[in-house]
Amino acid sequence: MSEPLVKVRDLKIGATVYPPGEKPHDIEIVHGVSFELAPGKVLGLIGESGAGKSTIGLASMAYGRGGVKITGGEVWVNGRDILKSNLGDVRSLRGGEVTYVSQSAAASFNPAKQIMDQVTEASIRHGKFSKKDAEARAVELFRKLGLPDPENIGTRYPHQVSGGQLQRCMTALALCPEPDLVVFDEPTTALDVTTQIDVLMAIKEAIRDTGVAALYITHDLAVVAQVSDDILVLKMGDMVEYGSVDQIINDPQEDYTKALVSVRSIDHQEKVATSEPVLKVEHITARYKGTNFDVLHDVNVELHPGQTLAVVGESGSGKSTLARVITGLLPPRGGNVHFAGRDLSAALGGRSREDLRELQMIYQMADVAMNPRQTVGTIIGRPLEFYFGLKGAEKQKRILELLEEIEMGEGFIDRYPAELSGGQKQRVCIARALAAKPKLIICDEVTSALDPLVADGILKLLLDLQKVEDVAYLFITHDLATVKAIADSIAVMYQGKVVRYGGKTDVLSPPFDDYTDLLLSSVPEMKLGWLEEVIANRKMESAGN
Amino acid sequence: MRIPIAALIGLFFTSLYFIVAIFAPWIAPYGMAEIVSPDIWAPSSAEFLLGTDNLGRDLLSRMIYGGRTTIFIATAATILSFATGSILGFLAAVLGGWADQLMSRFVDLLMSIPSLIFALVVLSVVPVTVTVLIIVMGLLDSTRVYRLARAVAVDINVMDYVEAAKLRGEGRKWIIFREILPNALSPLVAEMGLRFIFMVLFVSTLSFLGLGVQPPQADWGGIVKENADGIVYGIGAALYPAVAIATLAISVNLVADWVLNRTTSLKGGRG
Repeated sequence: MSEPLVKVRDLKIGATVYPPGEKPHDIEIVHGVSFELAPGKVLGLIGESGAGKSTIGLASMAYGRGGVKITGGEVWVNGRDILKSNLGDVRSLRGGEVTYVSQSAAASFNPAKQIMDQVTEASIRHGKFSKKDAEARAVELFRKLGLPDPENIGTRYPHQVSGGQLQRCMTALALCPEPDLVVFDEPTTALDVTTQIDVLMAIKEAIRDTGVAALYITHDLAVVAQVSDDILVLKMGDMVEYGSVDQIINDPQEDYTKALVSVRSIDHQEKVATSEPVLKVEHITARYKGTNFDVLHDVNVELHPGQTLAVVGESGSGKSTLARVITGLLPPRGGNVHFAGRDLSAALGGRSREDLRELQMIYQMADVAMNPRQTVGTIIGRPLEFYFGLKGAEKQKRILELLEEIEMGEGFIDRYPAELSGGQKQRVCIARALAAKPKLIICDEVTSALDPLVADGILKLLLDLQKVEDVAYLFITHDLATVKAIADSIAVMYQGKVVRYGGKTDVLSPPFDDYTDLLLSSVPEMKLGWLEEVIANRKMESAGN
Repeated sequence: MRIPIAALIGLFFTSLYFIVAIFAPWIAPYGMAEIVSPDIWAPSSAEFLLGTDNLGRDLLSRMIYGGRTTIFIATAATILSFATGSILGFLAAVLGGWADQLMSRFVDLLMSIPSLIFALVVLSVVPVTVTVLIIVMGLLDSTRVYRLARAVAVDINVMDYVEAAKLRGEGRKWIIFREILPNALSPLVAEMGLRFIFMVLFVSTLSFLGLGVQPPQADWGGIVKENADGIVYGIGAALYPAVAIATLAISVNLVADWVLNRTTSLKGGRG
């Protein structure tokens, strides 16, 4: 076996934390991680947020992000310990020998410069290629990564290509200086499933063809199983399990790994509609002000009390727009919304307080859905005060009941949102919606910003609450695993139209239309060789390409 | 929480000035307009620490009373300009549409006239009293605050939590005062420090030009004006208020800088 390209021994990383109301102090966030990576191999780093996976990835470039310090251990790259190297050596390493692909390509490209200039910058700066050779190499990489019009795409600006394409441009950027190691930090997490699969395939082929080694960081075990040779499972900065892909997926040893492999354990039986629908959306057509095309075309769906309708589709399919129409934020051009036995006024201003109370919404990003300057007590208490006129002790009692319902204790009542974890924030948002005693809650991608195990907890909570409160959910998501877990009926949306609609079992049983087939087949499975299989059997291309 | 040295120095001098201003009658050795010496522009002595001014009044006492007037007018005008500017700015952001256009274009119109010239024109036709001064300065300056408040509020107004409040059916009052204001406070407070200094300079300029605080009332700009002739004879009396204005400006700015640094982070959400 050849000498490993990267050797990390007992890596320790610390950071200074500033907890509210306490003195800043140093904590250790990575506790002694060791691994090796041979040339041309791919190591998957997997864990939930806070596991330290990105921090470790950046440490392989001797870099600590904002306040993070590498406190101990060794990182050997190409036979030298880069933690002991001087700044000049590290500088030639970064962007030359080791390159980095970040999660959000959109935020990482400079919007004011052409893509080609940014892709070739590192190669030219490090003196690896002349400008002409670097550009020729970039075009070659664009072609290899399957970008359209590889000769000319470099002259475009970042906003002129789609998200999936930009992520591939970023991969080209990382591969351009012929590095020995590429650190991929969640490169497909921000993409739609149908786009993710193409980017994943492109990355995999590019790694294979260029013979570069890679660290692949992700929270999605199914994704990492497709591209890696080895997997390192991390939890709270500790190594949990380190082994080959085959062993981790098919024969996990540790309980935590087993939980990750078998996540989505919810078993939900489709319920049969019994009474009149609580929500009837009829022939809705909508467009945004100042545009000349319809975002929604003739959308019809129904939702029965105590049930869940999942609206599925990729970004741009109009699913969030549907939510805006139902809530009254975007009055439709045609059609109407029938709710709880009455027609809802199209505009928000025309709705009664009762209409507003019975129709609540939970947002994707719980952090921005709560006022950072209000305590949990105020956030949950306001709807009680506003709709039911509760005050003082009565209000307090109801807040505590609600906190109980979302499985959080009374100790949280005086906390601010910044002092809560991602899952807790989303729970508080659920409590705020429940406080209004609604008949329908619109859940807009409520679990997509959360780690899989936390998301699972939220979905279980939502299902339990549905049984108790008999509330209906309109569940907007792009994640089919979530849909399978909680839906009673499903509407599949594509480019503003409902392309498939019905009970869960019907929608998820063949024969499929082409789009539903694409969507279903794009969900990564925890199976080796799944990626190649799917690419070979596809009927249509993703719209995001 | 660690306070940087610069901010500590700023805090020390700022509070010193304010304390002296508030307790002026107890601190000043002589009366404000009391002629205490037959000599004009007497040099500093044990009796008159900073010497006397162009009429033989004690300069230190006039500086202390002048600081009181200057700081009081600047503070009151700043509060007025922030109250009007930020509430109107928030309102424009929340209302949007034509109401926003109307208000913003009107403010643009006011801002297109240099504020010093505008103030001079207004003050030359109305009787100059402290109240009028405060109102004129406060309203003129509120256009700048309006711009800032509107810009901040427009960003906050599209946050999900404001949308959630609108979907709940909350009125404008709740949205402005409970959702937007607490989140816009930190940039506004930092701006307040800076605007306060502009107010000090503004009122001093007006007094120097003779349209601000009227004699025998003392204020820093006025003291410069009264003693300006002395400079020709090598008398430094006019320089004391200049030093006072400069040190107050610097120390308030040090504090404002620190508030700004603490509350806004260029690093954004990554941290």
